Amino acid sequence: MQSEWLYIGLFLVIGIIVPIVPLVASRLLAPRKPNPIKQSAYECGMETVGESWVQFKAQYYIFALVFLLFDVETVFLFPWALSLNALPLFAVIEGVIFILILVAGLVYAWRKGMLEWV
Amino acid sequence: MNFWSDPINFLDDWLKGVFAGWGADLLLAHIVTAAIGIIVLILFAMLVAIFLVWVERKVVARFQDRVGPNRIGPFGLVQPFADIIKLIIKEDITPAGADKFVYNLAPVLALASVILLWAVVPLAANIYGVDLNVGVMYLVAAGALGALAIIMAGWASNNKYALLGAFRMVATMISYEIPMVVALLIPTVLAGTMSIQGITLAQADTWFFILSPLGVLIFLISAIAELGRAPFDLNEAESEIIAGFHIEYTGMKFGLFYAGELLHAFTFGGFMAIMFFGGWRFFGLEQYSPFIGMIAFMGKALFGYWVIMWIKYTMPRIRIDHLLAFNWKFLTPLALVTLVATALLDKLLAGSAGWLHALVLFLANLFIGWVTVEILRATGRRRKVEEKDAEAVRTLAPSEGHH
Repeated sequence: MQSEWLYIGLFLVIGIIVPIVPLVASRLLAPRKPNPIKQSAYECGMETVGESWVQFKAQYYIFALVFLLFDVETVFLFPWALSLNALPLFAVIEGVIFILILVAGLVYAWRKGMLEWV
Repeated sequence: MNFWSDPINFLDDWLKGVFAGWGADLLLAHIVTAAIGIIVLILFAMLVAIFLVWVERKVVARFQDRVGPNRIGPFGLVQPFADIIKLIIKEDITPAGADKFVYNLAPVLALASVILLWAVVPLAANIYGVDLNVGVMYLVAAGALGALAIIMAGWASNNKYALLGAFRMVATMISYEIPMVVALLIPTVLAGTMSIQGITLAQADTWFFILSPLGVLIFLISAIAELGRAPFDLNEAESEIIAGFHIEYTGMKFGLFYAGELLHAFTFGGFMAIMFFGGWRFFGLEQYSPFIGMIAFMGKALFGYWVIMWIKYTMPRIRIDHLLAFNWKFLTPLALVTLVATALLDKLLAGSAGWLHALVLFLANLFIGWVTVEILRATGRRRKVEEKDAEAVRTLAPSEGHH
């Protein structure tokens, strides 16, 4: 068990080193002649007006709230799905009721117009 | 035990024997052997990625009635290596106002997130990195890192288009994660395990795509969205925001994003094969040699990748409000209904014969699919009537004004 996660840890380290190798090769082989025009932000040949880190309305923040709800739900559903064969039918139906309550939440959000693009 | 029946353990024992002969510590020998195995596995994945560049270019050419790369090597097979040399010796430009650390980390993370997935991919019955007992959860977690890399790239580039691309990726990620996880719950329910090797082993009699054709469809659609490939490629939409998140990346950094995207698509094709098409199983032939299993798995993964490509080069890009509406009003409810039906029927038919179990689940999926299509048709008809009424009101209004 522990050795499996050590393996993943080793995999992570080597998995990060492997993409760095071509970047280092590029750093060694590629020419480096920076100038201000080359480094300016690309906007189809236009000069950038104002800040590049602009603020704009993220119109989907309501969706993010609904997402959070369902993401937590799936975490609870995994143990239920795993032990499905061991559970009595009653417990399986209870799991289904849990899903239905969340679906009711989705229907409520839908009817309230939260799933429309505002 | 010989090389042809159990290659990994054979080489493992042989390497450990070599290290023991040098008088190395047992723990050290264990770690070094594991590291060598990991490097070989990652290099194999990288080789696949290089091959995929050729496949992608050749197939898109055929879809667009062109020939594609055919100059360097037979059928242009050496073309990707020429591309790599070109990308490495190309000047690397960092935009002036970029957040340098995040900017440089993003392409590395984009490829590393895909490489991490290969740790749990079972290439054959005894060729795999590691068999985690929470493999499905690991797949979801490591898969989401790729989306994080795209968001990091878009934010750190100091470019308005890149920022827009990153925000669009957030919208995709917070939506399509749900149907994907629910679709992955279906094989978990059917196999009764979260281990990826265990799911393959559970498909000895019937592959899960027979038990859950809707699950395959939901997984495929949400995987394409998670990958950010057309028709869900709003994060790079070249006709709107030029290249989106990787607009400011040049040379090898762009190359890493590109390789990561292709390998990610192939890996998801592979996971579709594992979850629903029996992984390395090939009608019993795989028991003769693990290499047959490996060829079967790679073939199935390549087929999944080809389907993703087919969809990419056939469908136009969808609008962002449609992207969200499609997920929340269609895919998520459908995924939940399929999951509930699968779980209940699987429980009720627990003791019955295999063929009955398969038949009932298949018919249940067909029924859910039919009801879904009928609901969509009715909605479409209602919309059409509403539009016609609105049109009638608009044309009547001016003539009434004359009286």
